[in-house]
Amino acid sequence: MSFQFTEEQIKRYSRHIILPEVGGKGQEKLLNSKVLVIGAGGLGSPALYYLAAAGVGTIGIVDFDVVDFSNLQRQILHNTSRVGKPKVESAKMTLEELNPDVNVIAHNERIHKGNVLDIIKDYDVVLDGSDNFPTRFLVNDACYFLDKPLVSAAILRFEGQLTTFDYRNKEESPCYRCLFPEPPPPGLVPSCQEAGLLGVVGGIMGTLQANEALKLILDIGEPLVGKLLIFDALGTEFNVVKLRKDKKCPLCGENPVIKELIEYDQESCDIRF
Amino acid sequence: MAVTVRIPTALRRVTQGQGEVQIEASTIAELIENLEKEFPGIKERLVDENGEIRKFVNFFVNDEDIRFLEGKDTKLKDGDVVAIIPAIAGGK
Repeated sequence: MSFQFTEEQIKRYSRHIILPEVGGKGQEKLLNSKVLVIGAGGLGSPALYYLAAAGVGTIGIVDFDVVDFSNLQRQILHNTSRVGKPKVESAKMTLEELNPDVNVIAHNERIHKGNVLDIIKDYDVVLDGSDNFPTRFLVNDACYFLDKPLVSAAILRFEGQLTTFDYRNKEESPCYRCLFPEPPPPGLVPSCQEAGLLGVVGGIMGTLQANEALKLILDIGEPLVGKLLIFDALGTEFNVVKLRKDKKCPLCGENPVIKELIEYDQESCDIRF
Repeated sequence: MAVTVRIPTALRRVTQGQGEVQIEASTIAELIENLEKEFPGIKERLVDENGEIRKFVNFFVNDEDIRFLEGKDTKLKDGDVVAIIPAIAGGK
């Protein structure tokens, strides 16, 4: 049986439907897909906004923070009147107002070893827009164990990084630990607030994360697997370097030592340079 | 033999804001030493107390990770582009 769009949906998604690479079938895939976004912040805001607009049918958001004035320079899902409200609630309001087709699931909790597998297991694609290394390593390992594709982006100052790890195909795809085997030691790490960030860098990298997610769901184009994209806002330059699967990787290498989830104890988000 | 080194924004404090610098070097090890001569303080950010490249810093020569080449002994030739890419975790 074919999918029945309402009149409103046909209008809403018309720019997708007329693309041969998407079409009615692709739009149906999007409406049936489930995407989880870790963090409703600088990366999560634009990613979530575009995923909802595109009609991704189920969108999960994990965040335990409340909206703060200092977020509003870049976290475009939130607004001044929402200061003090949980970010997941604020995000849910914005997204549902944009597109009532979307079922937004708010996970108003800190992600940890005990809940990460449960949170991730029902989703098709995971986007990491978190702000600290322990969460990034935990989410990576959980996605790896659950065979979920992970679109990972990170931002700092004027720079962004983006790559996709496709854990549906572990033989081919490198993992986060192939690139960075372990988090930097806590002593070398100050807080993100000290480092600063040009807000728009999150907008660019988060939007690229949404692009990766849509391609994975639609099964079109080439996902950014085995490649790391670096964006330099000051030079307006994108560079791509190769990521290789590391035979010595502690998670996905020939003799893996990481066989269960590890929780690192560290709060901060970048290395001191 | 000059190579172009791409400096991540987090390290530009040490390079007086420069995002790209030209350095004479025939290996990565020599590159790190010569970077230090030009920009004192950069070395300790790239290598640990044993002289090994820090695990959260990656060097790419013409887009290839040096860990899959010859590590610090990876040879450089005139015109090569070396990118220094540290792990970053910001998202909010």
